[in-house]
Amino acid sequence: MKKVSLEVNGRKITKDIPDHTILSVLLRDILNLTGTHIGCDTSQCGACVVHIDGKSIKSCTTLAAEVNGSKVTTIEGLAKNGKMHPMQEAFKKMHGLQCGFCTPGMVMSAIDLLQNKKNPSDTEIRDWLEGNICRCTGYQNIVAAVKEAASKM
Amino acid sequence: MKKFNYHLVKDIKEAKKLSSPNSTFLAGGMTTIPSMKLGLGTYKDIIDIKGIKKLSGIKVSGKILKIGATTKHVEVANSKEVKKSIPSLAALAEGIGDPQVRNKGTIGGSIANNDPAADYPSACIALNASINTSNNRKIDSENFFRGLFETALKKGEIIESIEFEIPLKSNYQKFPNPASRYAIVGVYVSKYKSGTNVAVTGAKSCVYNDKDLSKALSNNFSSSAIDKVKISSSGMSSDIHASGNYRANMVKVFAKKAVEAC
Repeated sequence: MKKVSLEVNGRKITKDIPDHTILSVLLRDILNLTGTHIGCDTSQCGACVVHIDGKSIKSCTTLAAEVNGSKVTTIEGLAKNGKMHPMQEAFKKMHGLQCGFCTPGMVMSAIDLLQNKKNPSDTEIRDWLEGNICRCTGYQNIVAAVKEAASKM
Repeated sequence: MKKFNYHLVKDIKEAKKLSSPNSTFLAGGMTTIPSMKLGLGTYKDIIDIKGIKKLSGIKVSGKILKIGATTKHVEVANSKEVKKSIPSLAALAEGIGDPQVRNKGTIGGSIANNDPAADYPSACIALNASINTSNNRKIDSENFFRGLFETALKKGEIIESIEFEIPLKSNYQKFPNPASRYAIVGVYVSKYKSGTNVAVTGAKSCVYNDKDLSKALSNNFSSSAIDKVKISSSGMSSDIHASGNYRANMVKVFAKKAVEAC
Protein backbone atom coordinates (compact mmCIF):
# COMPACT_ATOMS: atom_id res chain seq x y z
CA MET A 1 0.00 0.00 0.00
CA LYS A 2 1.07 3.58 -0.61
CA LYS A 3 -0.01 6.78 1.08
CA VAL A 4 -0.89 9.24 -1.64
CA SER A 5 -1.65 12.92 -0.99
CA LEU A 6 -3.15 15.02 -3.73
CA GLU A 7 -5.00 18.27 -4.14
CA VAL A 8 -7.99 17.30 -6.23
CA ASN A 9 -10.07 20.22 -7.54
CA GLY A 10 -8.80 22.36 -4.69
CA ARG A 11 -9.53 19.76 -1.99
CA LYS A 12 -6.62 18.11 -0.16
CA ILE A 13 -6.96 14.34 0.10
CA THR A 14 -4.79 11.57 1.49
CA LYS A 15 -5.53 7.90 0.78
CA ASP A 16 -3.85 4.59 1.39
CA ILE A 17 -4.10 2.77 -1.91
CA PRO A 18 -2.55 -0.34 -3.50
CA ASP A 19 0.69 0.52 -5.36
CA HIS A 20 -0.77 -0.50 -8.71
CA THR A 21 -3.75 1.89 -8.52
CA ILE A 22 -4.22 3.79 -11.77
CA LEU A 23 -5.08 7.48 -11.38
CA SER A 24 -8.37 7.13 -13.30
CA VAL A 25 -9.39 4.34 -10.88
CA LEU A 26 -8.52 6.47 -7.85
CA LEU A 27 -10.58 9.36 -9.23
CA ARG A 28 -13.61 7.30 -10.23
CA ASP A 29 -13.82 4.42 -7.79
CA ILE A 30 -12.28 5.88 -4.65
CA LEU A 31 -13.04 9.61 -4.90
CA ASN A 32 -16.33 9.09 -6.81
CA LEU A 33 -15.35 11.68 -9.42
CA THR A 34 -16.97 9.79 -12.30
CA GLY A 35 -16.80 12.70 -14.75
CA THR A 36 -13.39 11.39 -15.82
CA HIS A 37 -14.27 8.58 -18.21
CA ILE A 38 -12.42 5.39 -19.10
CA GLY A 39 -12.84 4.52 -22.76
CA CYS A 40 -10.07 2.48 -24.33
CA ASP A 41 -7.98 2.27 -21.14
CA THR A 42 -4.79 2.20 -23.26
CA SER A 43 -4.22 5.94 -23.84
CA GLN A 44 -5.70 6.10 -27.32
CA CYS A 45 -9.11 7.72 -26.81
CA GLY A 46 -8.50 10.58 -24.37
CA ALA A 47 -11.79 10.28 -22.44
CA CYS A 48 -9.71 10.14 -19.23
CA VAL A 49 -7.73 13.39 -19.73
CA VAL A 50 -7.20 15.39 -16.53
CA HIS A 51 -4.71 18.11 -15.58
CA ILE A 52 -1.73 17.43 -13.33
CA ASP A 53 -0.25 20.72 -12.13
CA GLY A 54 -2.02 22.41 -15.03
CA LYS A 55 -0.86 20.07 -17.81
CA SER A 56 -3.11 17.58 -19.58
CA ILE A 57 -2.28 13.89 -19.24
CA LYS A 58 -4.16 10.64 -19.67
CA SER A 59 -5.19 9.42 -16.23
CA CYS A 60 -5.64 5.83 -17.45
CA THR A 61 -1.90 5.66 -18.18
CA THR A 62 -0.68 7.25 -14.96
CA LEU A 63 -0.14 5.58 -11.62
CA ALA A 64 -1.72 7.44 -8.72
CA ALA A 65 1.55 6.99 -6.81
CA GLU A 66 3.47 8.69 -9.64
CA VAL A 67 1.64 11.98 -9.14
CA ASN A 68 1.81 12.02 -5.35
CA GLY A 69 1.95 15.63 -4.13
CA SER A 70 0.44 17.08 -7.32
CA LYS A 71 -2.57 19.24 -8.03
CA VAL A 72 -5.18 17.34 -10.04
CA THR A 73 -8.00 19.06 -11.90
CA THR A 74 -10.85 17.01 -13.33
CA ILE A 75 -13.93 18.07 -15.25
CA GLU A 76 -15.73 18.46 -11.90
CA GLY A 77 -13.23 21.13 -10.88
CA LEU A 78 -13.91 23.54 -13.76
CA ALA A 79 -17.20 25.20 -12.80
CA LYS A 80 -16.87 28.02 -10.30
CA ASN A 81 -19.76 29.03 -8.02
CA GLY A 82 -22.24 27.09 -10.11
CA LYS A 83 -21.09 28.77 -13.33
CA MET A 84 -19.67 26.63 -16.09
CA HIS A 85 -16.14 27.15 -17.40
CA PRO A 86 -16.10 29.08 -20.73
CA MET A 87 -14.97 25.87 -22.49
CA GLN A 88 -17.96 23.96 -21.09
CA GLU A 89 -20.28 26.83 -22.11
CA ALA A 90 -18.81 26.81 -25.60
CA PHE A 91 -19.31 23.03 -26.03
CA LYS A 92 -22.95 23.51 -25.00
CA LYS A 93 -23.52 26.54 -27.22
CA MET A 94 -21.86 25.09 -30.32
CA HIS A 95 -23.29 21.56 -29.89
CA GLY A 96 -19.79 20.13 -29.51
CA LEU A 97 -21.13 16.82 -28.25
CA GLN A 98 -23.76 14.19 -28.85
CA CYS A 99 -23.48 11.22 -26.49
CA GLY A 100 -21.04 13.13 -24.28
CA PHE A 101 -18.75 10.23 -23.44
CA CYS A 102 -15.61 11.85 -24.87
CA THR A 103 -16.57 15.36 -23.74
CA PRO A 104 -14.79 15.55 -20.35
CA GLY A 105 -11.49 14.57 -22.00
CA MET A 106 -12.10 16.90 -24.95
CA VAL A 107 -12.80 19.84 -22.62
CA MET A 108 -9.74 19.17 -20.43
CA SER A 109 -7.49 18.75 -23.46
CA ALA A 110 -8.88 21.87 -25.18
CA ILE A 111 -8.28 24.00 -22.08
CA ASP A 112 -4.64 22.91 -22.09
CA LEU A 113 -4.43 23.95 -25.77
CA LEU A 114 -5.64 27.46 -24.95
CA GLN A 115 -3.09 27.67 -22.13
CA ASN A 116 -0.41 27.02 -24.76
CA LYS A 117 -1.94 29.00 -27.61
CA LYS A 118 -4.53 31.73 -27.19
CA ASN A 119 -6.10 31.79 -30.65
CA PRO A 120 -5.42 28.48 -32.35
CA SER A 121 -6.31 27.88 -36.00
CA ASP A 122 -8.64 25.03 -37.08
CA THR A 123 -5.59 22.98 -38.01
CA GLU A 124 -3.92 23.60 -34.66
CA ILE A 125 -7.09 22.60 -32.83
CA ARG A 126 -7.45 19.38 -34.85
CA ASP A 127 -3.77 18.66 -34.38
CA TRP A 128 -3.97 19.15 -30.63
CA LEU A 129 -7.06 16.95 -30.29
CA GLU A 130 -5.16 14.06 -31.92
CA GLY A 131 -5.38 12.11 -28.68
CA ASN A 132 -9.12 12.60 -28.16
CA ILE A 133 -11.48 10.39 -30.11
CA CYS A 134 -15.15 11.28 -30.71
CA ARG A 135 -17.36 8.80 -32.55
CA CYS A 136 -20.47 11.00 -32.79
CA THR A 137 -19.83 14.52 -33.94
CA GLY A 138 -17.36 14.30 -36.80
CA TYR A 139 -15.33 16.88 -34.79
CA GLN A 140 -16.72 19.89 -36.70
CA ASN A 141 -18.65 21.34 -33.78
CA ILE A 142 -15.90 20.46 -31.33
CA VAL A 143 -13.50 22.63 -33.33
CA ALA A 144 -16.17 25.35 -33.46
CA ALA A 145 -16.60 25.08 -29.66
CA VAL A 146 -12.86 25.45 -29.00
CA LYS A 147 -12.78 28.54 -31.26
CA GLU A 148 -15.79 29.98 -29.47
CA ALA A 149 -14.11 29.40 -26.10
CA ALA A 150 -10.88 30.97 -27.39
CA SER A 151 -12.80 34.15 -28.21
CA LYS A 152 -14.19 34.25 -24.65
CA MET A 153 -11.16 33.28 -22.59
CA MET B 1 -3.35 -5.07 -13.92
CA LYS B 2 -1.33 -7.36 -11.66
CA LYS B 3 -0.03 -6.12 -8.34
CA PHE B 4 3.47 -4.69 -7.96
CA ASN B 5 5.49 -2.62 -5.54
CA TYR B 6 6.07 0.98 -6.57
CA HIS B 7 9.36 2.64 -5.59
CA LEU B 8 10.23 6.29 -6.16
CA VAL B 9 14.01 6.54 -6.05
CA LYS B 10 16.20 9.59 -5.48
CA ASP B 11 19.40 8.46 -7.13
CA ILE B 12 20.90 5.89 -9.50
CA LYS B 13 22.43 3.93 -6.62
CA GLU B 14 19.04 3.34 -5.04
CA ALA B 15 17.54 2.40 -8.42
CA LYS B 16 20.28 -0.16 -9.07
CA LYS B 17 19.93 -1.62 -5.60
CA LEU B 18 16.22 -2.29 -6.15
CA SER B 19 16.70 -3.68 -9.64
CA SER B 20 16.14 -7.43 -10.09
CA PRO B 21 15.08 -9.83 -12.87
CA ASN B 22 11.48 -9.07 -11.82
CA SER B 23 11.70 -5.30 -11.94
CA THR B 24 11.52 -2.57 -14.52
CA PHE B 25 12.30 1.13 -14.57
CA LEU B 26 9.48 3.61 -15.04
CA ALA B 27 9.99 6.96 -16.72
CA GLY B 28 7.00 8.35 -18.65
CA GLY B 29 5.29 4.97 -18.62
CA MET B 30 3.71 5.54 -22.02
CA THR B 31 4.55 1.98 -23.08
CA THR B 32 5.24 0.33 -19.73
CA ILE B 33 1.82 1.00 -18.19
CA PRO B 34 -0.31 -0.12 -21.19
CA SER B 35 1.96 -3.19 -21.54
CA MET B 36 1.32 -4.13 -17.92
CA LYS B 37 -2.42 -3.68 -18.39
CA LEU B 38 -2.37 -5.94 -21.44
CA GLY B 39 -0.37 -8.56 -19.55
CA LEU B 40 2.62 -8.18 -21.89
CA GLY B 41 4.81 -7.16 -18.98
CA THR B 42 4.53 -8.37 -15.39
CA TYR B 43 6.84 -7.03 -12.71
CA LYS B 44 7.25 -7.38 -8.97
CA ASP B 45 8.87 -3.98 -8.61
CA ILE B 46 8.34 -0.76 -10.56
CA ILE B 47 11.24 1.63 -10.01
CA ASP B 48 10.26 5.20 -10.86
CA ILE B 49 13.37 7.11 -11.96
CA LYS B 50 11.64 10.46 -12.61
CA GLY B 51 12.75 11.72 -9.21
CA ILE B 52 16.45 11.45 -10.10
CA LYS B 53 17.21 15.11 -10.81
CA LYS B 54 20.40 14.67 -12.81
CA LEU B 55 18.57 12.59 -15.45
CA SER B 56 16.61 15.55 -16.76
CA GLY B 57 17.74 18.58 -18.73
CA ILE B 58 19.02 19.96 -22.02
CA LYS B 59 22.47 21.42 -22.62
CA VAL B 60 24.51 22.48 -25.62
CA SER B 61 28.28 22.48 -25.37
CA GLY B 62 30.31 22.99 -28.52
CA LYS B 63 29.03 20.63 -31.19
CA ILE B 64 27.14 18.41 -28.76
CA LEU B 65 23.50 18.63 -27.70
CA LYS B 66 23.03 16.61 -24.53
CA ILE B 67 19.56 15.60 -23.39
CA GLY B 68 18.86 13.89 -20.08
CA ALA B 69 16.99 10.57 -20.22
CA THR B 70 13.85 11.66 -18.37
CA THR B 71 13.44 14.86 -20.39
CA LYS B 72 9.90 14.87 -21.73
CA HIS B 73 8.96 15.15 -25.41
CA VAL B 74 7.23 18.48 -24.74
CA GLU B 75 10.42 19.86 -23.20
CA VAL B 76 12.49 18.84 -26.24
CA ALA B 77 9.83 20.23 -28.61
CA ASN B 78 9.73 23.61 -26.84
CA SER B 79 13.42 23.94 -25.96
CA LYS B 80 15.14 27.04 -27.37
CA GLU B 81 18.48 25.20 -27.28
CA VAL B 82 17.14 22.27 -29.31
CA LYS B 83 15.31 24.53 -31.77
CA LYS B 84 18.50 26.49 -32.33
CA SER B 85 20.99 23.63 -32.50
CA ILE B 86 18.96 20.81 -34.14
CA PRO B 87 15.53 22.16 -35.18
CA SER B 88 14.60 18.84 -36.80
CA LEU B 89 14.88 17.13 -33.41
CA ALA B 90 12.46 19.61 -31.81
CA ALA B 91 10.08 19.02 -34.74
CA LEU B 92 10.38 15.25 -34.29
CA ALA B 93 9.45 15.56 -30.60
CA GLU B 94 6.50 17.78 -31.51
CA GLY B 95 5.21 15.03 -33.81
CA ILE B 96 5.21 12.18 -31.29
CA GLY B 97 1.80 10.77 -30.34
CA ASP B 98 -0.48 13.43 -28.92
CA PRO B 99 -0.08 16.33 -26.43
CA GLN B 100 -0.78 14.10 -23.42
CA VAL B 101 1.84 11.57 -24.50
CA ARG B 102 4.30 14.43 -25.04
CA ASN B 103 3.53 15.80 -21.57
CA LYS B 104 4.61 12.52 -19.98
CA GLY B 105 6.71 10.44 -22.39
CA THR B 106 10.51 10.71 -22.19
CA ILE B 107 13.36 10.49 -24.66
CA GLY B 108 15.20 7.84 -22.62
CA GLY B 109 12.08 5.74 -22.32
CA SER B 110 11.52 5.82 -26.06
CA ILE B 111 15.11 4.81 -26.77
CA ALA B 112 15.23 2.08 -24.11
CA ASN B 113 12.00 0.60 -25.44
CA ASN B 114 13.26 0.63 -29.06
CA ASP B 115 9.83 0.23 -30.60
CA PRO B 116 10.36 -0.46 -34.32
CA ALA B 117 8.03 2.45 -35.17
CA ALA B 118 9.39 4.95 -32.62
CA ASP B 119 10.74 8.30 -33.84
CA TYR B 120 13.69 8.96 -31.52
CA PRO B 121 15.84 5.93 -32.47
CA SER B 122 16.14 7.33 -36.01
CA ALA B 123 17.36 10.64 -34.59
CA CYS B 124 20.02 8.80 -32.58
CA ILE B 125 21.35 6.96 -35.63
CA ALA B 126 21.19 9.99 -37.95
CA LEU B 127 22.72 12.40 -35.46
CA ASN B 128 25.69 10.16 -34.46
CA ALA B 129 24.35 9.98 -30.91
CA SER B 130 26.02 8.25 -28.00
CA ILE B 131 23.96 6.83 -25.18
CA ASN B 132 25.46 7.37 -21.71
CA THR B 133 24.43 4.80 -19.13
CA SER B 134 24.62 4.16 -15.39
CA ASN B 135 27.27 1.48 -16.04
CA ASN B 136 29.61 4.27 -17.19
CA ARG B 137 29.24 3.12 -20.75
CA LYS B 138 29.06 5.44 -23.74
CA ILE B 139 27.34 3.39 -26.43
CA ASP B 140 27.27 4.39 -30.12
CA SER B 141 23.74 4.36 -31.53
CA GLU B 142 24.78 1.94 -34.25
CA ASN B 143 25.64 -0.59 -31.54
CA PHE B 144 22.78 0.33 -29.22
CA PHE B 145 19.69 -0.63 -31.23
CA ARG B 146 20.01 -4.39 -31.56
CA GLY B 147 16.65 -5.62 -32.87
CA LEU B 148 12.92 -5.69 -32.22
CA PHE B 149 12.47 -4.01 -28.79
CA GLU B 150 16.07 -5.00 -28.08
CA THR B 151 18.96 -2.75 -27.07
CA ALA B 152 22.50 -3.09 -25.77
CA LEU B 153 21.30 -2.21 -22.25
CA LYS B 154 22.05 -4.81 -19.61
CA LYS B 155 19.57 -5.68 -16.87
CA GLY B 156 19.59 -2.90 -14.30
CA GLU B 157 21.45 -0.48 -16.59
CA ILE B 158 19.82 2.94 -16.90
CA ILE B 159 20.16 5.46 -19.72
CA GLU B 160 21.40 8.72 -18.18
CA SER B 161 21.66 10.97 -21.21
CA ILE B 162 21.91 11.09 -24.97
CA GLU B 163 24.54 13.16 -26.77
CA PHE B 164 23.70 14.26 -30.31
CA GLU B 165 26.30 15.65 -32.70
CA ILE B 166 24.96 18.93 -34.10
CA PRO B 167 24.79 18.57 -37.92
CA LEU B 168 25.21 21.17 -40.66
CA LYS B 169 21.60 20.53 -41.58
CA SER B 170 19.03 17.84 -40.98
CA ASN B 171 15.39 16.91 -41.38
CA TYR B 172 13.00 14.17 -40.33
CA GLN B 173 9.97 13.18 -42.35
CA LYS B 174 7.51 10.43 -41.56
CA PHE B 175 4.36 8.84 -42.83
CA PRO B 176 2.44 8.85 -39.55
CA ASN B 177 -0.14 6.23 -38.76
CA PRO B 178 -3.36 8.25 -39.12
CA ALA B 179 -4.67 7.16 -35.70
CA SER B 180 -1.60 7.12 -33.45
CA ARG B 181 1.07 9.04 -35.35
CA TYR B 182 3.74 6.38 -34.98
CA ALA B 183 6.01 6.15 -38.01
CA ILE B 184 4.75 3.69 -40.64
CA VAL B 185 7.95 4.85 -42.30
CA GLY B 186 10.18 7.63 -41.00
CA VAL B 187 13.42 8.91 -42.52
CA TYR B 188 15.94 11.12 -40.74
CA VAL B 189 18.57 12.78 -42.93
CA SER B 190 21.51 14.67 -41.44
CA LYS B 191 24.45 16.23 -43.21
CA TYR B 192 27.90 16.56 -41.68
CA LYS B 193 31.22 17.70 -43.11
CA SER B 194 32.27 14.07 -43.12
CA GLY B 195 29.17 12.80 -44.94
CA THR B 196 25.43 12.27 -44.72
CA ASN B 197 23.46 9.82 -42.57
CA VAL B 198 20.07 8.42 -43.51
CA ALA B 199 18.31 6.61 -40.68
CA VAL B 200 15.09 4.73 -41.30
CA THR B 201 12.47 3.79 -38.71
CA GLY B 202 9.14 2.00 -39.02
CA ALA B 203 10.16 0.09 -42.12
CA LYS B 204 11.90 -2.92 -40.57
CA SER B 205 11.89 -4.67 -37.20
CA CYS B 206 14.55 -2.24 -36.00
CA VAL B 207 15.78 1.22 -36.92
CA TYR B 208 18.77 1.16 -39.31
CA ASN B 209 21.21 3.35 -41.19
CA ASP B 210 20.55 2.97 -44.92
CA LYS B 211 24.10 2.72 -46.22
CA ASP B 212 23.13 3.08 -49.92
CA LEU B 213 21.12 6.25 -49.36
CA SER B 214 23.80 7.63 -47.03
CA LYS B 215 26.49 7.00 -49.65
CA ALA B 216 24.45 8.52 -52.50
CA LEU B 217 23.68 11.66 -50.47
CA SER B 218 27.26 11.94 -49.19
CA ASN B 219 28.39 12.12 -52.81
CA ASN B 220 25.61 14.40 -53.98
CA PHE B 221 23.26 16.00 -51.45
CA SER B 222 20.17 16.35 -53.64
CA SER B 223 16.86 14.55 -53.92
CA SER B 224 17.73 13.46 -57.48
CA ALA B 225 20.59 11.39 -56.04
CA ILE B 226 17.96 9.25 -54.29
CA ASP B 227 16.28 8.31 -57.61
CA LYS B 228 19.20 6.11 -58.57
CA VAL B 229 19.22 4.14 -55.30
CA LYS B 230 17.39 0.83 -55.27
CA ILE B 231 15.65 -0.05 -52.00
CA SER B 232 14.92 -3.74 -51.59
CA SER B 233 11.70 -4.80 -49.88
CA SER B 234 13.52 -7.73 -48.30
CA GLY B 235 13.25 -7.50 -44.51
CA MET B 236 10.62 -4.76 -44.69
CA SER B 237 7.65 -5.10 -42.33
CA SER B 238 4.34 -5.94 -43.94
CA ASP B 239 1.04 -5.39 -42.15
CA ILE B 240 -2.52 -4.13 -42.56
CA HIS B 241 -1.22 -0.57 -42.96
CA ALA B 242 1.50 -1.06 -45.55
CA SER B 243 3.10 -3.91 -47.50
CA GLY B 244 6.85 -4.45 -47.64
CA ASN B 245 7.01 -3.16 -51.22
CA TYR B 246 5.04 -0.08 -50.25
CA ARG B 247 7.32 0.61 -47.28
CA ALA B 248 10.40 0.19 -49.49
CA ASN B 249 9.02 2.81 -51.84
CA MET B 250 8.08 5.12 -48.96
CA VAL B 251 11.68 5.07 -47.71
CA LYS B 252 12.70 6.81 -50.95
CA VAL B 253 9.69 9.14 -50.98
CA PHE B 254 10.35 10.31 -47.41
CA ALA B 255 14.13 10.47 -47.87
CA LYS B 256 13.49 12.87 -50.75
CA LYS B 257 11.08 14.94 -48.70
CA ALA B 258 13.64 15.17 -45.91
CA VAL B 259 16.45 16.24 -48.26
CA GLU B 260 14.21 18.84 -49.89
CA ALA B 261 13.19 20.21 -46.48
CA CYS B 262 16.81 20.45 -45.26
